[in-house]
Amino acid sequence: MFYFVLKRIALLVPIFFGVTIMAFGFIRMLPGDPVAALAGERDMTPERHAEIMLKLGLDKPVWQQYLDYIWNLLHGDFGTSVLTNRPILDEFLELFPATIELGLTAMILAVVIGVPIGIFAAVKRGTLYDQGIMGISLVGYSMPIFWWGLLLIILFGGVWGLTPISGRISFLFDVETVTGFLLIDALLSGEEGAFASAMHHMILPTIVLGTIPLAIIARQTRSAMLEVLSEDYVRTARAKGLSPLRVYGLHALRNAMITVITVIGLQVGTLMAGAILTETIFSWPGIGKWIIFSVFSRDYYAVQGGLVLIAMIIMSVNLVVDLLYGMINPRILHTSS
Amino acid sequence: MSLLEIRNLSVEFETVKGTFRAVDGVDLSIGENDILSIVGESGSGKSVSMLAVMGLLPWTANVTADKMEFEGRNLLTLSSKERRKIIGQDISMIFQEPMSSLNPCFTVGFQIGETLKEHLGLDRNARKKRAIELLDLVGIPAPEERLKAFPHQLSGGMSQRVMIAMAIACNPKLLVADEPTTALDVTIQAQIIDLLVNLQNEKGMALVLITHDMGVVAETAKRVVVMYAGQQVEQQEANGLFATPHHPYTHALLDALPERSLGLDRLPTIEGIVPGAGDRPDGCLFSPRCKYVQDDCRASVPPLENISDTTLRCFHPVDLEGQAT
Amino acid sequence: MDSVADTPRKSMLRQNLAEFWYYFSESKSAVVGLAFLAGIILMAIFADFIAPHDPTIQYRECLEHAPAWGEEKCNFIFGTDYAGRDMLSRIIYGTRLSLVAGGIVVLLCLSVGIVFGLLAGFFRGWVDTTIMRIMDTIMSVPGLLMALVLVAILGPGLLNAMIAISITYLPHFVRLTRSSYITESSKEYVIASKVAGAGRFRIMFITILPNCMAPLIVQGTLSFSTAILDTAALGFLGMGAQPPAPEWGTLIAENRDLMLSAPWTVTFPGLAILLAVLAINLMGDGLRDALDPKMKRS
Ligand SMILES: Nc1ncnc2c1ncn2[C@@H]1O[C@H](COP(=O)(O)OP(=O)(O)OP(=O)(O)O)[C@@H](O)[C@H]1O
Ligand SMILES: [Mg+2]
Repeated sequence: MFYFVLKRIALLVPIFFGVTIMAFGFIRMLPGDPVAALAGERDMTPERHAEIMLKLGLDKPVWQQYLDYIWNLLHGDFGTSVLTNRPILDEFLELFPATIELGLTAMILAVVIGVPIGIFAAVKRGTLYDQGIMGISLVGYSMPIFWWGLLLIILFGGVWGLTPISGRISFLFDVETVTGFLLIDALLSGEEGAFASAMHHMILPTIVLGTIPLAIIARQTRSAMLEVLSEDYVRTARAKGLSPLRVYGLHALRNAMITVITVIGLQVGTLMAGAILTETIFSWPGIGKWIIFSVFSRDYYAVQGGLVLIAMIIMSVNLVVDLLYGMINPRILHTSS
Repeated sequence: MSLLEIRNLSVEFETVKGTFRAVDGVDLSIGENDILSIVGESGSGKSVSMLAVMGLLPWTANVTADKMEFEGRNLLTLSSKERRKIIGQDISMIFQEPMSSLNPCFTVGFQIGETLKEHLGLDRNARKKRAIELLDLVGIPAPEERLKAFPHQLSGGMSQRVMIAMAIACNPKLLVADEPTTALDVTIQAQIIDLLVNLQNEKGMALVLITHDMGVVAETAKRVVVMYAGQQVEQQEANGLFATPHHPYTHALLDALPERSLGLDRLPTIEGIVPGAGDRPDGCLFSPRCKYVQDDCRASVPPLENISDTTLRCFHPVDLEGQAT
Repeated sequence: MDSVADTPRKSMLRQNLAEFWYYFSESKSAVVGLAFLAGIILMAIFADFIAPHDPTIQYRECLEHAPAWGEEKCNFIFGTDYAGRDMLSRIIYGTRLSLVAGGIVVLLCLSVGIVFGLLAGFFRGWVDTTIMRIMDTIMSVPGLLMALVLVAILGPGLLNAMIAISITYLPHFVRLTRSSYITESSKEYVIASKVAGAGRFRIMFITILPNCMAPLIVQGTLSFSTAILDTAALGFLGMGAQPPAPEWGTLIAENRDLMLSAPWTVTFPGLAILLAVLAINLMGDGLRDALDPKMKRS
């Protein structure tokens, strides 16, 4: 198990360098004069140009620039936003909780619904239930989520007026930021209705962001279960006279979970991509909206920093999932003994 | 009185290419403390017929029988809840592939204890004590430590011993052993068979032993059922079967044993192959390969008949009052 | 000579195709998907004849006109957009852009992916390591984000969006080619042809590659549908096809302000995306079941 962990971490090192080289190269591949692009200023005097070049270190050889860049990264310096003049990391950390909050609720929705219906479809395979569930999840899987979001806004927000259609909380509340997670902050504030309002605002974005992971998880759970159900040990469990709940819910599911956990872990990337669209549609003040905004306002250091940070987050989550995989898979956990 | 009584058991599978009859008209009866052996080539429906008794076939299977009773209770009409009380407690089964028959995610102790809890309702300590006792009984050294082992840490023979321990946990009245040694080393095979026979003796349970190995049959079984392409072709006492096999297939099967063909240059073989789903002949299924085949064999299927103490499916049995008629 | 060698090969191909079709047509939904896709392709080709209006003409007297059927004035089945253009015609013409974008992405990925995958699988060693680490890097960033960054470098536009999307999908194709190449290359028939003295490239492309195609075709089909989705998403974000091009995602973006007052302008283009993607995915599922011998059994 120890070697397993070590090996997994070692695998991430080249990817870390790959991502940093990519992010580093990104700035240098921008069209036009990099100095102008990075400074965000136009019509500079030659003196100003030289000054900025010096400040950004663009006069040094490329390899040294890269080393400096890595050095800064390792010290938590992801550059400074040209727009706000604040450190990228600060901006990122400020907005990140909103994205986590949304991502987590979407993931919970996807897992809580996706896994059981996947199991159900597998157990009832070939029946109308199975076909219905798989049909609907294929539709979910094929969904252009930006349109799905707009459609929900038209129906729930416009036609029926049931839910708010943008932001995280009603402007009537002024919740103090403690953790950055609005649901928690709203509870802490003790303001009546704040929590309910925050929840209310989450409904549509959660559905939109959760749709594709939900569909994928349902499909993959079903196929993992089908594979497991044909295994000999499931037959053994049935031969013991155990109830279907125990046979499917314990013996089969426990094995299927090994695959499903990995699938769930892989959804983090899907969630980040989905967050870009979902946050844009619902004016959700998170990382996704921030990245889009940075791209449009040519705040390239922000894009660069966001790229590296997001890649690192996804890498860490994948590492955790890998370790979890090792922990629930006895073949890996108990090999040294 | 017989423990398990089966009349005319058939199993059909729904497949993409139509229905396939894997078991076709099997009659069995096994008394308390009895050993019955089922032999036949691969694919002859041995496993499927016993899985049908256990109710373990997948949903694509369609099981029919005139009679399928265990201790006088009709297994066909039993609700699945009532069936689960019998399965695992009074009837239990061990399988061909010990390595894949244990759940890789749970410890040996858990998997044995689970049966004890389900059927006997033992508490934690009692379960542990009984599990150690069982592992000891099936000849596993250091049973206490083994309880914590996961299946991938066990060898094939060890796994099969665990499977046996699990199967006899609730002192079943009938144990079905489906080729319990096929996947194991030759040296281990004899040990496992010995273990099974000893347990059968000590516990006084009935044993259905499915096997390819005629040697094992000769040593252990009291009665033998011979199956061919899903059909039961012959059933008689083991001694009688080895002395005077009546069905041409049994005859050929025994002739193909190395120890019976001493002095011959080559081992006799049975020409041809077992008919598959598509190429079933009309009439007797063995007719294309039978040395004694006659016209009526090709025309219609022989019925299962009782002739003295032998059950036979053949128009022209061998060695019955002399020669093939 | 030629005909002797060719005949068995041709008949074998025909037999394989027949077998493939047998398994494929077993799934009704896959056939429905295929038929629907064929319909969409025809619609794209004959857009000039099918579309009731020119997609760029602005009917000033019919701005944001609701869907209407059989009316004297402003008879637009799917309504008109903010500039009075016929939504139906724009969607029909949009089919072309989406299908072409999806198709080109798949072709790019297949050709480049196969080459890199074969190189990695054939040379192993540092070539393999380098290629695979680059692919890992690309995969460590969410596809849409990666595409956005690439478009930021290349500049917005449909062509650049296609290139960017291709790059984000490339790792799947490289990995797939590499792993099936490695599996296949240890099989007997490859050793046999090596013994027979076949050259490196012959072995790589003619002996082994055809046997690696099945999973690549399935991956290609699935990427076709995601490429359509991602092209639309980039269009929606303003980084893909630029107005007035009637790309489906762009259509949604340009009418987004009207979504509450004129919901048809947003609803129909999205429905078009959903249906097209759904049809391709249905077909892809059928293809996978028909081509993947492991799945065939169950
Ligand atoms: N789930 C199933 N669906 C379709 N056919 C099946 C299924 N299970 C078994 N069969 C078929 O039923 C026939 C009998 O199989 P069975 O497993 O009983 O053979 P067997 O006598 O036990 O052979 P072996 O000695 O190899 O174990 C085989 O032809 C097999 O292909
Ligand atoms: Mg068997």
